[in-house]
Amino acid sequence: MYHSWWFITLLILICVNLIICSLERLPKTLKLINTPMKPAGETVIKTLPVRKELKVKANLKAVKDEFFNSLAASGFHVSESTEGDSAELYSQKGKYSRLGLYIVHLSILLIFTGAIIGARFGFGGFLNLPEGETSDVAYTGGGKTIPLGFTIKCNWYNTDYYRGSDMPQEFQSELVVIEGGREVLKKVIEVNNPLTYKGITFYQSSYGMIPNAAGVFILKVTPVRGTEHVLNVQIGDTFEMPGTGLKGTINGFSPALTRDPTTGNLITYSDKLINPAVLIQFSEAGKQSFTGWILKRYPETGVLPQGHKVEFFDYWGVEYTGLQVSRDPGVWLIYLASIIMSIGLYIAFFMSNKKIWVRISPDVSGGKSFVKISVGGSASKNRLSYEKEVERIIAKATGAIEERSKK
Amino acid sequence: MTGETFFTISGLSYLLAMVVYITYLAARKNAVGAAATTITVFGFVSQTIALLMRWGDSYNFWIETSPPTTLILSLLRSAPLRNLYESLIFFVWCLILIHLIIEFRYKIRSLGAFVTPLAALTLVFIDVSGTSKEIQPLVPALQSNWLLFHVLISFLGYAAFGVSFGAGVVHLILLTESREDKAYIFWSIIVGIFIIILVAMGFDFFSVSAAKPEEVIQNYFLKSTFRSSSGGIVAISWIASVAFLFIIWRYGLGLKKILTGLSLTADLLDEITYKSIAIGFPLFTVGGLIMGAIWANSAWGKYWSWDPKETWSLITWFVYALYLHARFAAGWRGKRVTILAVVGFITVICTYLGVNLLLSGLHAYGSE
Ligand code: HEM
Repeated sequence: MYHSWWFITLLILICVNLIICSLERLPKTLKLINTPMKPAGETVIKTLPVRKELKVKANLKAVKDEFFNSLAASGFHVSESTEGDSAELYSQKGKYSRLGLYIVHLSILLIFTGAIIGARFGFGGFLNLPEGETSDVAYTGGGKTIPLGFTIKCNWYNTDYYRGSDMPQEFQSELVVIEGGREVLKKVIEVNNPLTYKGITFYQSSYGMIPNAAGVFILKVTPVRGTEHVLNVQIGDTFEMPGTGLKGTINGFSPALTRDPTTGNLITYSDKLINPAVLIQFSEAGKQSFTGWILKRYPETGVLPQGHKVEFFDYWGVEYTGLQVSRDPGVWLIYLASIIMSIGLYIAFFMSNKKIWVRISPDVSGGKSFVKISVGGSASKNRLSYEKEVERIIAKATGAIEERSKK
Repeated sequence: MTGETFFTISGLSYLLAMVVYITYLAARKNAVGAAATTITVFGFVSQTIALLMRWGDSYNFWIETSPPTTLILSLLRSAPLRNLYESLIFFVWCLILIHLIIEFRYKIRSLGAFVTPLAALTLVFIDVSGTSKEIQPLVPALQSNWLLFHVLISFLGYAAFGVSFGAGVVHLILLTESREDKAYIFWSIIVGIFIIILVAMGFDFFSVSAAKPEEVIQNYFLKSTFRSSSGGIVAISWIASVAFLFIIWRYGLGLKKILTGLSLTADLLDEITYKSIAIGFPLFTVGGLIMGAIWANSAWGKYWSWDPKETWSLITWFVYALYLHARFAAGWRGKRVTILAVVGFITVICTYLGVNLLLSGLHAYGSE
């Protein structure tokens, strides 16, 4: 559906509509932004959405200065005009916030562009890579082979489980990038932590068992007084605990060993490596000493009566790692557009173009002379909170005027 | 006391608050309103305690079962936003938080009568849907900070949308004058369905509370009414619902009388509807769509795969974008634009519950 002609056509139509509408409105917005503010005059101030009027007993110049300061403290770059005895301060801020929605629209176009680039020049494929093997290609769902341009190798695959349960905690593979016969990059990838090389990204996505594979047991053996040795053995092989006469023979293996709760017998409950265990028969000076299962997930099972340790580190060569392989040259544009959209949304919703006019004129009432202050303002958004801001500006100015008159 | 006890206390408080807020609408006594607010605050505090305790339990569980990680990472990985149950609880918490902020800021109580039912519905839903309350290990795909912030921020956004829904419905009630008005029919059906589902889930709750909680939604949801195995009960449910819708439609104008005269004005409700969307929309865009895409890209190698959840989120996004355009580009005001806000939240419910519970995809929580 999403690659069908009507869906693509719909997307293109949306884009065209968006471009045309935005371009049609943009000049008007730009004009709005670029028109300088003019003094408003008494009558216009009275019609503005935010308006306040007050009278103070002070000198006109002092009132003007304090309003100037208070406006400046709120981030307004104040202009001034005088007309006879009266003065008017006026200013605006945040005029570019009117561009927020254009930024959002632009980011939407960029996302479409990124998606098209990805669909046109990228690919999505997969690769099942057995432990120890390499590949120069990946495969698409349609059965196509995609050359990688380098060689990828899986050193090992491993599932970690939550302690005491069979819930996988992490799937991991160690991948190596080989180019010109040289190892150029090595990384352990996990779900949510892929490897990227030359624009191609390898994601841990699944795993499985290779049918009929003969694996290698990797044992880490440590004699009581001695250091750790790593041994690679196969089923039927015999190894020696270094420096002791103790010999061990690999007699059996279970990918998922457990004790049947009803019968008490040891059974294998899965063919995946959920709880791998190796059966080792130990003998000393030709005499059989004891036989026991050593479990990979429970290292305490590998502590022998004499104190030697046998750690069942891995059963290697029997699993493959399932990799999602993809290249998306458009993704950086998607991310860039996401950032632009976040910024645009912030501007569009949380910033506003605020205008203010403060008219200061001498006034006489009841035989006393006052200074009359008419404040008017408008905001492109959030009028209520702008009203509060205007109140704060006035309070700050009148407070300062009072301070002055006390002195 | 255990965290579970505090959750129960908070759930009961919200249910009680819902009743008291509605009483307040009818009685118009300030004392009743104050009681409703007090009960809500009490419920909110105990839910906060419950959330923190659950986080603690979850943290201990993580420490016990996982390979050692740094303190910060352990806290992030055990944040109580890991499955359907926890995310719904968090939704209720955000909803009540935003409601309380609006109540204190705008000094209006009556909105509570429309927001607390949403909280109650969610809580009852948790119980009847039998969503697992166990602390479960996180599957590898969910172990991502992007995912955590994705869920956290989306739910804040959903809660803001929830408030806009409450305010939008009240706004419509206040604006419609006659029973023939399409907006009147619209709101009476929405309110009716809302109450019917709440009641039907109440029946489910009492009929299944003895059963095992592990059962999934498919087994219980509306099973004692519309999806009952007995044809008679199904028929009665439908007939009763239609009758109830008719009653709401017939007597709904009375609701308008109750609402007028409270400190509610159409302008204020319009402003709350818009403001909640103005907050919810950027949160949902950044947290829901953008962070979701980043997470998907790091986990699956595709930032967008058109799974049902993603598609529905996009639909939700378009509906709210439509609301904003209707308001700003086309200059719509009043009923027409508010209907879009209400429809928006219905798509949110579809996005979250419908898709999570009834369809499967990358987003079905807990399963990969
Ligand atoms: C879903 C993706 C979007 C599409 C396809 C889209 C498309 C459009 C179109 C075609 C117009 C022109 C309408 C007209 O002039 O009659 C428009 C206007 C507008 N859009 Fe969007 N838009 C999208 C998202 C957004 C978002 C997320 C915002 C929020 C910030 C937004 C804010 C606006 C505003 C405020 C206008 C009116 C412009 C004005 O009056 O000057 N748009 N949009």
